[in-house]
Amino acid sequence: MLETLSGPWHWFVSGAVIALVLVLLLFFGKSFGFSSNLRVICAACGAGKVNSFFDFNWKAQTWNLLFLVGAILGGFISTTWLSDGEPIQISQATVQDIQELGFAAPQDLQPQELFGSEALSDLKTVLVLLVGGLLIGFGTRYAGGCTSGHAISGLSNLQLPSLIAVIGFFIGGLIMTFLLLPLIF
Amino acid sequence: MKGLKYILTGILFGIVMSKSEAISWYRIQEMFRFQGFHMYGIIGTAVILGVTAVWLIKKYNLRDFQGNPILFKPKEKSVPRYLIGGIIFGLGWALVGACPGPLFVNIGHGFWPILIAIVGAVAGTFLYGLVRSRLPH
Repeated sequence: MLETLSGPWHWFVSGAVIALVLVLLLFFGKSFGFSSNLRVICAACGAGKVNSFFDFNWKAQTWNLLFLVGAILGGFISTTWLSDGEPIQISQATVQDIQELGFAAPQDLQPQELFGSEALSDLKTVLVLLVGGLLIGFGTRYAGGCTSGHAISGLSNLQLPSLIAVIGFFIGGLIMTFLLLPLIF
Repeated sequence: MKGLKYILTGILFGIVMSKSEAISWYRIQEMFRFQGFHMYGIIGTAVILGVTAVWLIKKYNLRDFQGNPILFKPKEKSVPRYLIGGIIFGLGWALVGACPGPLFVNIGHGFWPILIAIVGAVAGTFLYGLVRSRLPH
């Protein structure tokens, strides 16, 4: 059993478990949307004193912060007890494309070039992560949600705005992948 | 422990994000290059099952565990905020290889540089709050 769970999960199993998370939160009287936590963190740090967008009863969102803590624990549990140590198997075409950008073939779940211990001493890598984070934080709040809030929750409720947002995610993702990454790396 | 169920659901989320490899920069690259079905299979399955679940909840007026009706708030109608905001997020998603949930799941794996992206994401959210009145919505 543990051996089966320790290998990579099939996309169908993975998608079904994500849908289960969505349904569990609905039955808890909540809605699945992770990026709201970023606004809650701003508010909890006192941003409400500076700007009215962060002046709301963020404590009512404590449940989502607990969900966030659980997500970190889930990552820890996966890497500690549910890992077979095998490198990630991605398409050979992708391996070739990222090698042209200067990334080595996958050895782990994440590239050393961005997330290894030496990444922090490289100014360019720090800037890439910082700017990438800024775009994620700004964009998700502007769009009113991220992959969970729009692509999963919103599309499950057949919301046209969520479809527009997801189309936006892909336009941005394709511009970054095909136009900007070759300039950055 | 009223909050325990949220932590446990979060753990389930963190595990499925990890074991599906959706937290991996490599998988996001594969997705945006249309070179693998994996990520599309994950999101597609979640949405098809999600649509079915939401439809059943509405059809049978199912209630939450406290007996309250489960309500779905329709998203405000607009195009610019979803399209422009979505494009900005997409740029960051393809660069860092993680959307907001996986940013945090990666901490649990000890990929510490992701903390810089998290600082950036919180700062980006704050920046949005500062300029939002001047943006088209």
